[in-house]
Amino acid sequence: MAHDTLRARPRDPRAAGAGGGRAGALLRRWDTAVVLALVAVVVGAALLVDGFATGRNAEFLLLDAVAIGLVALPVTLIVVTGEIDLSVASTLGLCSAVMGQLWLSGWPLELIVPAAVALGAVLGAVNGLFVTGFGLPSLAVTIGTLAAYRGLAFVVLGDRAVADFPGDWTDAAISTVPGGALPWAMVATALLAAGFGVVLHATPFGRELFALGSNAEAARFSGVAVRRHKFWLFVACGAVSGLAGVYWTLRYASARADNGEGLELAVVAAVLLGGVSIFGGRGTLLGVCAGVLLLGALRNALQLADVPSDTLDIVTGSLLIVSVVAPNAVARLRARRTRARPPSGPGAPGAPAPGRRPSPAPPSGERNP
Amino acid sequence: MPVTPGRPRVGPRTGVRVGTALAACAALLATACSGTTRGEEDDEAGAADPAASADPSAPIEEGLSVAFLPKQVNNPYFTVANEGGRAAVEEFGGEYKETGPSEASASSQVSYINTLSQQQTDVIAIAANDPGAVCGALEGARSAGARVVTFDSDSDPGCRDLFVNQATAEGIARTQVELISEQIGGEGQIAVLSATPNATNQNAWIALMEEELEKPEHAGIELVTVAYGNDEDEKSFQETQGLLRSYPDLAGIVSPTTVGLAAAARYLSGTEYRGEVALTGLGTPNQMREFVADGTVEAFALWNPADLGHLAAWAGAALASGRITGAEGETFTAGDLGEFTIEADGTVVLGPPTVFTEENIDDYSF
Repeated sequence: MAHDTLRARPRDPRAAGAGGGRAGALLRRWDTAVVLALVAVVVGAALLVDGFATGRNAEFLLLDAVAIGLVALPVTLIVVTGEIDLSVASTLGLCSAVMGQLWLSGWPLELIVPAAVALGAVLGAVNGLFVTGFGLPSLAVTIGTLAAYRGLAFVVLGDRAVADFPGDWTDAAISTVPGGALPWAMVATALLAAGFGVVLHATPFGRELFALGSNAEAARFSGVAVRRHKFWLFVACGAVSGLAGVYWTLRYASARADNGEGLELAVVAAVLLGGVSIFGGRGTLLGVCAGVLLLGALRNALQLADVPSDTLDIVTGSLLIVSVVAPNAVARLRARRTRARPPSGPGAPGAPAPGRRPSPAPPSGERNP
Repeated sequence: MPVTPGRPRVGPRTGVRVGTALAACAALLATACSGTTRGEEDDEAGAADPAASADPSAPIEEGLSVAFLPKQVNNPYFTVANEGGRAAVEEFGGEYKETGPSEASASSQVSYINTLSQQQTDVIAIAANDPGAVCGALEGARSAGARVVTFDSDSDPGCRDLFVNQATAEGIARTQVELISEQIGGEGQIAVLSATPNATNQNAWIALMEEELEKPEHAGIELVTVAYGNDEDEKSFQETQGLLRSYPDLAGIVSPTTVGLAAAARYLSGTEYRGEVALTGLGTPNQMREFVADGTVEAFALWNPADLGHLAAWAGAALASGRITGAEGETFTAGDLGEFTIEADGTVVLGPPTVFTEENIDDYSF
């Protein structure tokens, strides 16, 4: 079986960085498909849905996508290593609650904002410590902290809402680039995304993350500092979640313990839809960004078309399942076809594509569940 | 999740929290909501000019689009309220629509408000999940020409045209005291079974009930304790049991929360206390029907959510048609419900809670 799945891999639609010059290979890549789907949804909605193709609506859509987009960046890196962080939304909520409490006690926002981000980093470090220090599965750890951080948020602020933040700060959270529908918050998110993209796809650290996700044992033997890498990813994830908490609080001018409740699902959906394998080892940040915008555009268009929110949740859930199932199904289908027509010569599907995955780790088998 | 008057999330509609929230929001309004920074809104702002004068004889405009935005869709309480709204919209020939999030979190309504704003909706009737979080989006919708009526749970007053309040805290407290006083013959020990110790609206009602009890006509009534059932059925059941054990002379229990009232009724109906210890509070007719039928409960109260939706829709139509501007002292007619006067802070009060008894309980289904 291992042999068959190995053969299928170069044509795996999720294979990141596959087939540099070949248009066909590019089209087969999952993230290209997501970008095309995004374009299709935007064009389709612009033609079919009243009120979609306006500057105001684009502004609403992008403002809604900022928080999910921010948190999806570090989560992408974590999922690439084969781990997950489900506590992001609770971290956001706790940072928001603490922000509110600090504001009540008279701190200036210039200090509160960095404090909230730092708190996020500490919360992320706690996750990282449990995962790397005690070797616990991140799924279990972050489900635990998902509940614990949310509970703490309610201890900090109760069910109160702190709303009296200064207007210039709350306005800044929703202000747009002059003359355009592009919120500054989205510009900042895009810059951060570029930064994360460079780290993931153009640094040795990023390559080691892929290696780690493909085969942690092999990566460890190759000298990758597995535990340290993972620890710092969780810290970064907490810090960015804290930043998202700051954005959320200012955008809605409301610090509350329940802010961002349920956001982790939207984030995971966007990351998986963007083509990151839930089993680690592959994915691109471009795909994730397209996934965030695709989900946002779809939600926005369906809302404008008066589709009820329950149906909307079904659509999002179905997309999530499709994005997990489809790549595996396609890979298996191709594997069967390849078996029927044996390959020949170099570069055929049987041979590992050089440079396809620039990782020091030996190729591992397809990680089917 | 059933909507209960006792749950803090459901309605910070009274008391200390609202007080502080309003004070805080007034400050916020002065800075944020009044002057929007997004230029394009100002071009259309003329439509929502609050200084425009009212024309009480203006006809209700035809084909008004009215959208109801509950805290959460598929919530039985809001389903009833919205149906009342739909009936009103049909009366004045408008287009009714219901939209909203599937979970009642603070900011989940914002994207729905933005959508309604994009769709050029004439009237938005919203039960706000959070007074501040919806503010910016509501301001945007008003700038785009929508009239905004909050019902059940208010937003910051500066972000809407009118708030349709189901009942004042005073009205609720007075009704509760009157009901229990009648049922125990104006004399004896009573206890309160509340939701959680920090439920702001519950605490405000209890404080006002205590004030009411100090009046000479209630001198024979002694409030012995306040128990907390945490709005959990099981806990409320046990607390009722505990009350009767601790206070053998207890004449009556007041439970101003739907979960507590139903649990207490269930306990009483199965014991020798049925018909002996009076029980009243806030509950829904569907929940309490069997206990009224078997004699456990004589009378209880709650506002009628359908009337609330009805009033909200008419208020929105009156605003959108220029009959009223939302200023204090203006009056308008809300179909069969009759005439209402706008009170301070742009508030319209539905009236004292409806009292449900054996005679009228079958007229209601919610």
